[in-house]
Amino acid sequence: MKKIILSVITLLLAACAAPPAKTNTAPATSAPSQVLTVMTHDSFAVSESVLAQFERENNAKVTVLKSGDAGSMLNKAILSKDAPLADVLFGVDNTFLSRALNAGIFESYTSPALATIPDKFKLDGENRLLPVDYGHVVINYDKAFLQEKGLAPPASLRELADPKWKGMLVVQNPATSSPGLAFLLATVAAFPDGSDYTWQQFWQDLRANDVYVSPDWSDAYYTQFSGSSGKGPRPLVVSYATSPAAEVFFSEGKLTEPPTGNLAGTAFEQIEFAGILKGAKNRALAERFIDFMLSQTFQADIPLQMFVYPVQPDTPLPDVFVKFGQPVAQPFTLTPDQIDAGREQWLGAWNKLVLK
Amino acid sequence: MKGGLEARDSRLERRSSQSLFPSLLLSLPALLFFALFFVWPLIEIGRVSFTPSEISRGETPLTVFGDPQYLQVLLFTLWQATLSTLLTLALGLPAAYVFARYRFAGQRLFRALAMVPFVMPTVVVAAAFSALLGPRGALNTALQSLFRLSQPPLALTGTFSIILIAHAFYNVAVVMRLVGGFLESFNPRIEEAAANLGANRRQTFWHVTLPMALPAIGAAAALTFLFTFTSFGVVLILGGARFATLEVEIYRQTAQMLRLDIATSLAILQMIVTVLVSWVSTRLEQRATAPLEAQAASDLRKPPATLGAKGLVAGSLCMIVVLLMLPLFTLFLRSINFEGDPLRYYVALNENPRGAFFFVPPLAAIRNSLLFALVTATLSMGLGLPLAYAIARGKLTLLEALLLLPIGTSAVTLGLGFLVAFDQPPLELRTSVILLPVAHTLIALPFVVRSILPAIRAFDSRLREAARGLGANAWQVLSHVDLPLLAAPFIGAAIFAFTISLGEFGASLLVARPEYPTMPVVIYRFLGQPGAANYGQALAMSSLLMIVTALSVLLIERMNKRVL
Repeated sequence: MKKIILSVITLLLAACAAPPAKTNTAPATSAPSQVLTVMTHDSFAVSESVLAQFERENNAKVTVLKSGDAGSMLNKAILSKDAPLADVLFGVDNTFLSRALNAGIFESYTSPALATIPDKFKLDGENRLLPVDYGHVVINYDKAFLQEKGLAPPASLRELADPKWKGMLVVQNPATSSPGLAFLLATVAAFPDGSDYTWQQFWQDLRANDVYVSPDWSDAYYTQFSGSSGKGPRPLVVSYATSPAAEVFFSEGKLTEPPTGNLAGTAFEQIEFAGILKGAKNRALAERFIDFMLSQTFQADIPLQMFVYPVQPDTPLPDVFVKFGQPVAQPFTLTPDQIDAGREQWLGAWNKLVLK
Repeated sequence: MKGGLEARDSRLERRSSQSLFPSLLLSLPALLFFALFFVWPLIEIGRVSFTPSEISRGETPLTVFGDPQYLQVLLFTLWQATLSTLLTLALGLPAAYVFARYRFAGQRLFRALAMVPFVMPTVVVAAAFSALLGPRGALNTALQSLFRLSQPPLALTGTFSIILIAHAFYNVAVVMRLVGGFLESFNPRIEEAAANLGANRRQTFWHVTLPMALPAIGAAAALTFLFTFTSFGVVLILGGARFATLEVEIYRQTAQMLRLDIATSLAILQMIVTVLVSWVSTRLEQRATAPLEAQAASDLRKPPATLGAKGLVAGSLCMIVVLLMLPLFTLFLRSINFEGDPLRYYVALNENPRGAFFFVPPLAAIRNSLLFALVTATLSMGLGLPLAYAIARGKLTLLEALLLLPIGTSAVTLGLGFLVAFDQPPLELRTSVILLPVAHTLIALPFVVRSILPAIRAFDSRLREAARGLGANAWQVLSHVDLPLLAAPFIGAAIFAFTISLGEFGASLLVARPEYPTMPVVIYRFLGQPGAANYGQALAMSSLLMIVTALSVLLIERMNKRVL
């Protein structure tokens, strides 16, 4: 017992002596004269050196507020619109774009950096929300699992309805997960209402095929998917086009080839936006931060921090992305207005079709 | 004659009005705390939710209650909470009895370990359950190879049963601590008396021990019920998507539908049920309370002598090992790297190869978690002890019934309430780090009060009166009579306050400044990205959380002997 107590005390002392979690990254010589607050979702990530560069160049301190998932964050931004929590908000995606714009919480800012960004990413004509990165939500498959069973990866979305894939697919609940919603939107775009095989029929078939619905990405990928380190039971999972590359990157040199692959014909394009919040305390600095997010420095940092793609087309991609994590050629898309008009009804229908 | 009666009546009245005043005074700090951090944010979020805007269509709670869809969710929520509570009581009560009445090797360690599940993040527990019980889990693989089956025989993933099992996994400690702590404080001599009068062991248990412990059992049942009634992660992750509790629906309406009118209506529904449950349990507890003789009973614990006693002890330990330890052990196994350096993932926790801005050294995460837990425990004991005495003395039944409300209140709704309520100076607290221990204390404080109330009530007040008669002041009575004799329930309450904070109850939906990340935050961050290193480090951090929790519990229990 004595030993235990002693070790606890040692641990406590060591913990207290540990350096603070976040040291001020601005140089000690000149105290930052201004503060910029950035509101974002929990998945936001950036290199310390990149943020430090902005702070140094602008003699500013950047404070980051993490506000839950993208939907929760948007909710909080709207709730606090009379007394904004931050100057800049990052992380609204195309599935929430219309809702965010209609709420009237953003100010227009036509950044000069927009000039080089492809038009397909610029979804707001008034530039209240500016594209920063994009990702492809796509089905990953477990190479070893399929090989062992002598199966070729499904060639199309439609093939997943084939009884041959019974009990093999994991998706996320579109009502609680952002990749889950993106995959539902892929099916809506692939099998539109009024065609001879609609997305409702597809989901009915998936249900008959014993699709497993996880509440979020972590559970789907780590607990249910066989191709991850969690060694779950099923070989197909809705994830991202960069996940195979991440498997190699995070293997600490053990893997030279990803254990998983992408089903290219199942992708939906998610674009993430940043905007200046109405009532921002420091509009000029907020503009500079938006410019910075669209600059080479920040854009090149995106792939290995957030595992999505930069919107500036000439940004060099890291090796592991070039080899294993290329964007999908022809992802499915829907316009923000289509999504806004259909979301509630689609989610309701999906719930009845798949869960009831 | 008549005059004499009247005189006595007025004397009685005077006495009760005299005792009500100090009671109110004692409860004042806690009441102010609730008013500021609970009532006000809820009023504010209610005001915003029912005003039409981009995030509300201004529907009233009554329309929402009338929707059969939500009625169904309510019924399911009640049903699973009831069954979960019964299962938890069935597993926890024997263990509580065993730990209070018998002495055996490793007792302290087992009791500390039983506390660990309480703090574990749901994603991690889901991974552990899947590793044990999933289609490719250890149990199915073993059964398959044993009986040469081609299909896994157990299909528990995404079923109702696994929700109940997981709820028991989380809450058995509540029953063990609350009921066990109560039994420990009260003298088993009354049980011996029953035995001397010819009652056999079973009769003694059913007619003496059980009735005596009823108030504590009631409190444990009410708390377990409310924890499972507002269950979010367990139902969401382990139950799969087919099951939804009110809390899950509130989250869905908030984060995905952006419909605060519906979300807040459902939160109100949750609170109504909470008050009803709490009221019933309060009445039952009060009715069942009998004055008991308190004695530090740890010395009266006996080694299990008879075969039946040995069986009971063995059975309880078995339950703890199989239900609680085994899933935790699989997590620990998975945090070990079997290809190369076994502690690789633990070492990697301290490295930041990508130069990530949000990198957290593990010791900093441990320190932050412990710091918040310490503040929470201090705050909830400091506010809770006087409140508990006030409720017991002044018979503040209504207050006691309302006390459990924070536990039954949606964390989503309250989190948004903080955002709207604290947006103006001088209370511009929205992004303040203070809100984290405050949110933890809102859950811990009712827990503390309800878990010590049964003991305070049953405590034979003649001891206090005797001390007072000998000239002791109120503080001396507390520190020399109550504290030593009621040490077990008090220590139990402190442990709960501490672990509620370690497990980040109710604080997940605040606006967070990432300067003070805790252990659960780090675990979730690793589980947000794919790859072996992320998974390994998430489980390494989870294992550290288990170790820190068990050691903290042992340490707090140790204070029992040292300080008191």
